[in-house]
Amino acid sequence: MSAAVEVADLHYTYPDGQSALAGVSFRVMPGERVALLGPNGAGKTTLAHHLNGIRRADRGVVAVGELTLGDDTLGEIRKRVGLVFQNPDDQLFMPTVGEDVAFGPANLGLSGNELEDAVSSGLGAVGANDLRGRVPHHLSGGERRRVALATVLAMNPSILVLDEPTSGLDPAGRRELIGVLQSLDVAQLVITHDLYFALELCSRALIMDEGVIVADGETAGLLSDEQLLSRHRLEMPYRA
Amino acid sequence: MGAGHAHTLYVHEHSLVHRLPPETKVLSAFLFVAVVAITPREAIWAFGAYAAMEAALVGFSRVPVRFVLSRLIAVAPFVVFALFLPFIGAGKNIDLLGFSLSSEGTWAMWNILAKATLGATASILLAATTEVPEIVRGFGRLRIPPVITGIASFMIRYLEVIAGELARMRTAMTARGYDPRWLSQARPIAASAGTLFVRSYERGERVYDAMLSRGYNGVMPALDTRSATTREWLGALALPLLAAAVALIAVTTL
Repeated sequence: MSAAVEVADLHYTYPDGQSALAGVSFRVMPGERVALLGPNGAGKTTLAHHLNGIRRADRGVVAVGELTLGDDTLGEIRKRVGLVFQNPDDQLFMPTVGEDVAFGPANLGLSGNELEDAVSSGLGAVGANDLRGRVPHHLSGGERRRVALATVLAMNPSILVLDEPTSGLDPAGRRELIGVLQSLDVAQLVITHDLYFALELCSRALIMDEGVIVADGETAGLLSDEQLLSRHRLEMPYRA
Repeated sequence: MGAGHAHTLYVHEHSLVHRLPPETKVLSAFLFVAVVAITPREAIWAFGAYAAMEAALVGFSRVPVRFVLSRLIAVAPFVVFALFLPFIGAGKNIDLLGFSLSSEGTWAMWNILAKATLGATASILLAATTEVPEIVRGFGRLRIPPVITGIASFMIRYLEVIAGELARMRTAMTARGYDPRWLSQARPIAASAGTLFVRSYERGERVYDAMLSRGYNGVMPALDTRSATTREWLGALALPLLAAAVALIAVTTL
């Protein structure tokens, strides 16, 4: 079985010469939920942007299913890798929620009833069909998160990459999001500083620091290794 | 606040006028204003007829009269200028209410007052019965190039986001004791304008990345396939057609 996403020896240096990724390798299997943890500046968001080719690596390989990222596969890979950005205001750019959710599937060439179905299923998956006619600016934080997720789900991706999905959410919004993510039958790579969230949602976690993966294992195990955590500016979510 | 109805120019109602497709209303308002603009100023009765049509439309669309009047204040700066014209205009003088006024200036004042008020009322009615994204959609259906409607809809989408950012920056400045009174204190304002520009530019890049992520390839997808029926067109164009008839009579009988 091929991985939902596989990354091998990925290197990327910013135009200003600063190294962001210094040989990242890992794989996420279909249906698996994996947390990507690490301090600020570790390269997590940059890595996410490589997974659907918004940024292109200087060296290394990104593969999604049986496809290797390249100019010819870019379109198909963007369909399969659903990237949810950190700030929903960047993700939701159309005048209304319905049009925003339709943007992705319409770019894939859907129209008429097919497009309609994609939009309803995307919004339905996050319980947001009633928000369809609303203006993104007037949604609450939790609603914005869910709609941002719907815009990507409407494209029927094989892996979701979420960048800090809980930032700015109140406890109830966070709880709803956990419920929605748990209900989705799709591989997920979740970048987060919210270690409780990681523990609750993902059985496996990666820790990234200074552009490399420094640990890969069971979330509960990693989060109880105090030395490992403090070395990478993380801390235990609770003390037993 | 019903989200989506929160623009200050929109009046939430369910009238026939609200329900008309936006492109018919946009074209109708544009044509009406054009007809008003080319009507000779001497045909005073014609302007009365236009005003009556607009009054009927106000009643028909259930937009409160007070709402229209309060929005009309926006034309006040132009009107103030026009009020001076009778005193400074050239031409032979006429006596009106004990003042000796320039006849050319008085006609010019009347012309500006009548046309500005009628034109502004038409735009206020358009905005009061059509939500902003709908107006942009209307432009799109009128074959305005997607680049233009795209820019307009991004501007509308992000105007409030950027205004919110600006408000937060001002709060942060005030919180640290900034209370500008003199020109010499303007530096931080200039600096914050620069910061806002850079932030907006960076946001633009992030939004573009988000668009690429969802398969954007340089062309906005056509999401909007509905178009107005002949009936709807006739309904909306009744206003400019009636106005055009009045203008025609005005021109031929003058």
